[in-house]
Amino acid sequence: MWRDAAAVLRRDLAIEAKSRVGLWQVLPFAIFVVVLFAFALGPSRSILQQAAPGLFWLGVLLSSILLVLRSAGIEAAPGLADAQRLLGVDPAGLFLGKAAAIAVQLVVLEVILTGGVIALLGYRASCPGLAVAAALLATWGLAVVGTLYGALSGGARGRETLLPMLVVPVLAPVLLAAVKSWQAAVSGPWSSSTTWLVVLGAFAVIYSAVGVMVFGQLRETM
Amino acid sequence: MTTQLRRTIGVLALLGLAATVWLGLWVTPPDAVQGNYARFLYIHPPLAWVAYLAYGLAAVSSVLYLVPRTRNLAFDRLAVSAVEVGVIYTLLTLLTGSLWGKNTWGVYWVWDARLTSTAFMAVLFLGYLALRRVPGEPHQVAKRSAVAALVAFIDVPIVHFSVQWWNTLHQGQTIQIQGNAVHGSMAWTLLLGFVSFTLAFVWMLMLRYQLERARSTAADSALAEAVAARRREGDLAATEVSA
Repeated sequence: MWRDAAAVLRRDLAIEAKSRVGLWQVLPFAIFVVVLFAFALGPSRSILQQAAPGLFWLGVLLSSILLVLRSAGIEAAPGLADAQRLLGVDPAGLFLGKAAAIAVQLVVLEVILTGGVIALLGYRASCPGLAVAAALLATWGLAVVGTLYGALSGGARGRETLLPMLVVPVLAPVLLAAVKSWQAAVSGPWSSSTTWLVVLGAFAVIYSAVGVMVFGQLRETM
Repeated sequence: MTTQLRRTIGVLALLGLAATVWLGLWVTPPDAVQGNYARFLYIHPPLAWVAYLAYGLAAVSSVLYLVPRTRNLAFDRLAVSAVEVGVIYTLLTLLTGSLWGKNTWGVYWVWDARLTSTAFMAVLFLGYLALRRVPGEPHQVAKRSAVAALVAFIDVPIVHFSVQWWNTLHQGQTIQIQGNAVHGSMAWTLLLGFVSFTLAFVWMLMLRYQLERARSTAADSALAEAVAARRREGDLAATEVSA
């Protein structure tokens, strides 16, 4: 399983390195989302500072949908599912590899976007470790649920419109917990956000387990 | 037999609902604090209970479909029937809750754990219904749908607790085991409401299940007819060639 996951991760990242869709399309989109939401809130520095965690995570969540669509598009290539079956690729490995590839791309996007919210919105974390821990857990949650729903809507015509409708409500707890953790990281110690880290951790673990268990059945529907 | 049972349940549900309306509007007294608006009590919690029951049933059916040993399209039919009826009950729960909330809290909507998770539940299962419309072979559709139902059902408690820790305004549990908050005729009317709405749900579920089964039978016979037509074309062509 782990060897297949590593191979799928390498393959998806190699495709991304060649196409640079994430760099030239998804990253600018994330920055535009944050800037446009900031426009909607007005130029007040204090309001923008307060809203920075929310704007950041909205940007990440909406961008993750584009990355998931892209990732699901790779699997929809003609003959690929059959080839993977013939090669005996472990479905759980495929799931974890695809989720890891999305997570790596999201982490890169988050690092660049963090620079944006620090520079443009004045976000400052007195407990950066908390913000990083929350970001890693939230990223894995976004990646596993995205991969699951990407496979669910993978073969469907019109998946571009179907996927956001399916995935956004499921990801609401991640958005909420990540925003609260980033707000807590501004002033508080780790203990101020334990509950939210538990939510993010539980979400990531539960959906990873569901994905590992059911991805094989989903692949048969692709 | 099934039709007879369904009709009996339908009649009992109708009688129960009529009795709930009569008891709720004419027999029970108005509440000391909320006045006549407290009468929402007899329909709002039963509607919410049925919505959760429907999604629970859909989740269990979906798991039974996903387990290879119990895989049967009947579970898929049961799941889609429960979700469709459940969505109607959820929307009615939200509607009655908003109207009740307007008169109790002064606003139609508050960012409360139960309200928000119920609204999310409606959206999650509307997504399930949208996914079902994606065409495919019956087992393909059933597998996709079963996973979607499972993922959605798991998300509901996570949303609930997240919003609860974020902000909560909803009143506590209405019926307590000790020291009941609802007494006498009000308690009996509420209980009747629960039973009647559950019976109405079972009746709707049976009807919807039958429709789903008829639909798949119709699809199977249409396919068999198309195959037979192609075979006839092939036989005709072979006869022409040999002639």
